Amino acid sequence: MTNDADDCVIQFENVGLRYGLGPEVLQDVSFALKSASFHFLVGPSGAGKSSLLRLMYLALKPSRGLVTLFGRDIATTPRRQLPALRRRVGVVFQDFRLLPHLSAFDNVALPLRVAGAREDEVRRHVVELLSWVGLKDHLDARPPTLSGGQQQRVAIARAVIVRPTLLLADEPTGNIDDKMAMRLMHLFEELNKLGTAIVIATHNENLVGRLVHSCLRLDGGRLEVDETARGPAPALAANLRQSSGNAA
Amino acid sequence: MFAKRTDLPLDRDALSRYLPWLIAFMVYMAVLALAGLLVLAAMARYWDADVSGTMTVQIPPTGSAADDDKRVRAAVILLLGEPAIVHAEAITEGRLMALLEPWLGTAEVSADLPLPRLVDVEVEPGADLDMAGLARRLDAAVPGATLDDHRIWLDRLVRLVRSVEALAALVLALMCSATVGTVVFTTRTGLAIHHDVIEVLHLIGAHDGYIARQFAQRALTLGLRGGLIGLALAVPTLLGIGSLARHMEAGIMPNLTLTLTHWLAIVSLPLLAAAIAMLTARLTVTRTLARMP
Repeated sequence: MTNDADDCVIQFENVGLRYGLGPEVLQDVSFALKSASFHFLVGPSGAGKSSLLRLMYLALKPSRGLVTLFGRDIATTPRRQLPALRRRVGVVFQDFRLLPHLSAFDNVALPLRVAGAREDEVRRHVVELLSWVGLKDHLDARPPTLSGGQQQRVAIARAVIVRPTLLLADEPTGNIDDKMAMRLMHLFEELNKLGTAIVIATHNENLVGRLVHSCLRLDGGRLEVDETARGPAPALAANLRQSSGNAA
Repeated sequence: MFAKRTDLPLDRDALSRYLPWLIAFMVYMAVLALAGLLVLAAMARYWDADVSGTMTVQIPPTGSAADDDKRVRAAVILLLGEPAIVHAEAITEGRLMALLEPWLGTAEVSADLPLPRLVDVEVEPGADLDMAGLARRLDAAVPGATLDDHRIWLDRLVRLVRSVEALAALVLALMCSATVGTVVFTTRTGLAIHHDVIEVLHLIGAHDGYIARQFAQRALTLGLRGGLIGLALAVPTLLGIGSLARHMEAGIMPNLTLTLTHWLAIVSLPLLAAAIAMLTARLTVTRTLARMP
């Protein structure tokens, strides 16, 4: 965790979240992520990983506390300026959230078109990226006709197409084999080397073990930050094994 | 024209298929109401212009034709002596019978029916004529003679026409409100149906305007389509009514033909409906999206 606010892409201070009048699902969450950092977000099912990610990609407002994204306090940022911040955040949703009526090409092109990119640029970037994730032959395929793994790769391509400053991925390798999972993780690492801060929520113990990155650990709505992690600590590994067991 | 790429599958809504027909019905009714409004306004103007500036002096019969002629002459002399009166002419018995013919038929009635003698009077336009004073002087010179400036009849007729005009305007306003209500309902339903897609667009950084524009474009297309259907159905109806009106008794009704300006106003109704649909959809979407974080 860093205190250098200027270098932070996102910062949470004593953030709490509750849905309606229910109990707090996140309590006093505080952390700051530097630009070009790489973190795994781990924790058992129901720990609040998805809620934390939803707060990070501005799909939710916190019940209390301060969220700062790219140096802007979200609570005081005018609503009309939030889309510009969102465009700097790439999101891989757990359920992909591809638009079923659009082709794989158009799904991936969406963030570029929303940002007003020229159509020739859109075509060049989208074809290149879909080729890279092995879907060159499925440019015109609609998501319902693709396998789970293929849909996931389209979702990842959509999230990284604008080369975001912050990439948030919720279980991005859940439906693909290890080989493709590692390939995609290397894509994330390449992006990371280019300056993108990355947070990956995952249950995949193998993934956490094989890649050397820091961990954000959520348990019971509370967050622990382990900036020194180089692969999973024994306690974390045990926790992950338990999580995987619960998830199964 | 409107084949711009959209991210939302709005074409597939069942509601989108019904919207043009609802708008077509509303434009059809609005065209009829507007045509009625325009024709009635023209009718009121026609009657007003035709009757104002004229008066009729009515001289009751005495039973003696010679006396009646004398009384008529006296009345005409008195009337022509008024500076504001430019013309006063006794209506001949033949012309009087022709005027009564539509009601009494061609039978010889003058012998059995004591008819008053009439004097047609034309007043200088804009002249300030003292009607009460003139009526008194007329009564003194020709006892029993009355002055009729048609105002009572005209006022009642114009009031009736204005009431019908107000009704037509109300129908137009209701049609506009119904169009707005229909589009609001359709758009809100569309927003609910496509909530997931809209949320994805929102989360990847689409401005509210980007999403609202797609709904607005769709509403414009559907509104225009519906408006043109409504107009295409209303025009033959108007032509039919116009044809019927032309066959009515000439003289009682003024010319009911729509002018070029009237037709331009009518043709603009589908455009107005499409514009209302577009703006309503845009406002509805923008207001709904404003509730998202």
